[in-house]
Amino acid sequence: MTETTKEALSGHKRLERNVTLLGGLALVVVAIGGIVEIAPLFWIDNTIEQVDGMRAYTPLEQAGRDIYVREGCYNCHSQMIRPFRDEVERYGHYSLAAESMFDHPFQWGSKRTGPDLARVGGRYSDSWHVQHLTNPQSVVPVSVMPQYGFLSEDPLDFEYIGENLTALSRVGVPYTEKDIEQARQDVLGQADPATPAGDLAERYPGAQSRDFDGNPDEITEMDALVAYLQVLGTMVDVQAAAAQEDLATETGR
Amino acid sequence: MESLTTRAGMWLALLVLAVMAAALGHDFGYSAQMTIVALAAGIALWWTLVGSKIDALGNWLKPAQDETAYDDDPVRWGVIATLFWGMAGFAAGLFIACQLAFPQLNFEPYLNFGRVRPLHTSAVIFAFGGNALIASSFYVVQRTCRARLAFPGLARFVFWGYQLFIVLAAVGYLLGVTQGKEYAEPEWHVDWWLTVVWVSYLLVFVGTIVKRREPHIYVANWFYLAFILTVALLHVVNNLDMPVSLLGSRSYPLFGGVQGALVQWWYGHNAVGFFLTAGFLAMMYYFVPKQAERPIYSYRLSIVHFWSLIFLYIWAGPHHLHYTALPDWAQTLGMVFSIMLWMPSWGGMINGLLTLNGAWDKIRTDPIIRMMVWALAFYGMSTFEGPMLSIKWVNSMSHYTDWTIGHVHSGALGWNGMITFAVLYFLAPRLWGRTRLYSLRMVNWHFWLATIGIVFYASSMWVAGMMQGYMWREYGADGYLVNSFAETVAAMWPMYVARAFGGLLYLSGAVIMVVNIWLTIAGKLRDEKPMTSPTYNPAADRPLVAGPAAPLAA
Repeated sequence: MTETTKEALSGHKRLERNVTLLGGLALVVVAIGGIVEIAPLFWIDNTIEQVDGMRAYTPLEQAGRDIYVREGCYNCHSQMIRPFRDEVERYGHYSLAAESMFDHPFQWGSKRTGPDLARVGGRYSDSWHVQHLTNPQSVVPVSVMPQYGFLSEDPLDFEYIGENLTALSRVGVPYTEKDIEQARQDVLGQADPATPAGDLAERYPGAQSRDFDGNPDEITEMDALVAYLQVLGTMVDVQAAAAQEDLATETGR
Repeated sequence: MESLTTRAGMWLALLVLAVMAAALGHDFGYSAQMTIVALAAGIALWWTLVGSKIDALGNWLKPAQDETAYDDDPVRWGVIATLFWGMAGFAAGLFIACQLAFPQLNFEPYLNFGRVRPLHTSAVIFAFGGNALIASSFYVVQRTCRARLAFPGLARFVFWGYQLFIVLAAVGYLLGVTQGKEYAEPEWHVDWWLTVVWVSYLLVFVGTIVKRREPHIYVANWFYLAFILTVALLHVVNNLDMPVSLLGSRSYPLFGGVQGALVQWWYGHNAVGFFLTAGFLAMMYYFVPKQAERPIYSYRLSIVHFWSLIFLYIWAGPHHLHYTALPDWAQTLGMVFSIMLWMPSWGGMINGLLTLNGAWDKIRTDPIIRMMVWALAFYGMSTFEGPMLSIKWVNSMSHYTDWTIGHVHSGALGWNGMITFAVLYFLAPRLWGRTRLYSLRMVNWHFWLATIGIVFYASSMWVAGMMQGYMWREYGADGYLVNSFAETVAAMWPMYVARAFGGLLYLSGAVIMVVNIWLTIAGKLRDEKPMTSPTYNPAADRPLVAGPAAPLAA
């Protein structure tokens, strides 16, 4: 054994006799990697930049997103298109960091038992979504997706939707006081054809108001989920010159 | 007396709070979970005031007063809990594997794939793996420190509190209470409960090390310690949430978008690195030398293994986010560190395998050793496959496919499962004072069923993953994509059936284990041709009580 190894080993013997030293040093060693990788994401351009068109979800869309999370859709569907020719052709322009900046939690997913949904908005009709969710095999015979017909039966519970928006605003989603105050009214305005939408489209540019589930008498969980699916990937015009220029000049990529 | 009043008061307060929360809850899932908490608090209250005074129960559940024997009750319960949750988790896995082959098996809403899959992952990782880790750590830390558990009451709280965490999480998943992050699905209130339990676990573990009668902290305890500390760190940071209301289950994570993604996979990958690797390596460092009756191969390699493993693992998270919107430099860092991680992983495997130097014949004669060696072989295989899949070029094809699922399972079934089975077989006769297991030949059956099961599982998922990867990107001569997504789903069917069959074999092996250990506990011995097994000396398996304590730095 060389002298240095001997010294190192005797140094290590101190650690082996002192649990405070051992635990403390282990914690320091473990913390380094996380800090180096995660901390910069809070200040470099690429990960905090705003892109034209990004807005918070409307209360109805957010309620649909909550259902998406509740049902564990992320177990089989990703929301993250990678910059490959086949993926871009199949699903659309690759996903930008800014497009999920208001997603708490992020739903990028890790598995594609079903297709990517990052840009599924506007690709199918509302009635297609309702039929597909109710009985996927009636639309895609080889599908292995579970059935979600109960969403049409369950009325959407939006009694506390304002509180949901408050919590989201606390973690950084830009809801104004008016958005939070009006949240319940906004759900009605967006999904109930009998209720006027008011200034919904001004506060949430591009928000679409209509009956989503084919049942205008009731606001169901299906209304909310379809409204969410229909907005996915539609907020940012990724092909627009401005977006492309932003991409070309950003740093920290 | 005072402590009795305090304890009863605490449980009563929890009971009242839980009843109120259940009554006022904003959603059904939350109310259901709070009802369970109320029930648990009620039982704890009853136990504090009445149950512990009933002799039959008290003898069974109260810390034994015999200072000359190790405090093994929580270990015994842990062995049973590990078996129970293992069966539940494997069965849930088989169920969702069948759902993917036969979607008619989805029963909306509670038993849809999206709700049962987290139930499976949490049951096998946190319930089966977690109980195995807690039980084995309580066993090992007492033996290697030659001291009884510090805070025996708290150790019991850790066990029961952890079971409550599992039940709350599981009920929540089926009722749709989830925060939608893989392997971190439990909502804020369940997370807080786990934090309380986990800090208690740390206290019991470190407390026992502090009161040790051996000058050195044995290497297994370094790994257990790193596992407990790091999981605490990961759990707390990844679950920084803003609850919508204290009376509802919904919360929104503090980190969203790309930051949320990296924090999640920093957590997710190191749940593998510290929960499923460091913790189980601790088992290896104690139980492999014990069963082989050889010292660990190299002390120096242990030191290098430990520090390099815990340093490198934490960097590898970004390889779950290759080619996503995560900045390239972070992805590349993740890839480079993942490849470097190959070395300490294999260092650990070599340290375990070469411990058998001079005792290799035991692979033939001792099915428990065979299981341990096989576990290490699978550990080596999946820690080679992991770095390979983290190479961006490979990952561009393998990501989002079933190859990842196959990789996880060759590690989980092969490494975590096999080493846990071996440890359970090691522990059962010793904890219940039996001369040997009910049957060693049944261990052999278990070994082969599990092995063939894994072969079916891993190979079908390799094929499925590569088919998906290549079919998704296949272009025809006309320059168009060849396959619709639906066609790639249809092509998976035979692989999904083969995978479910592999899972069935693995589950069958586990059933044999449950029967074997059950009959061992019952004190039965199967009349069979003997296979050699190391002898057990109960006189040596005791803490040092008499005589002056060795001088220690705490």
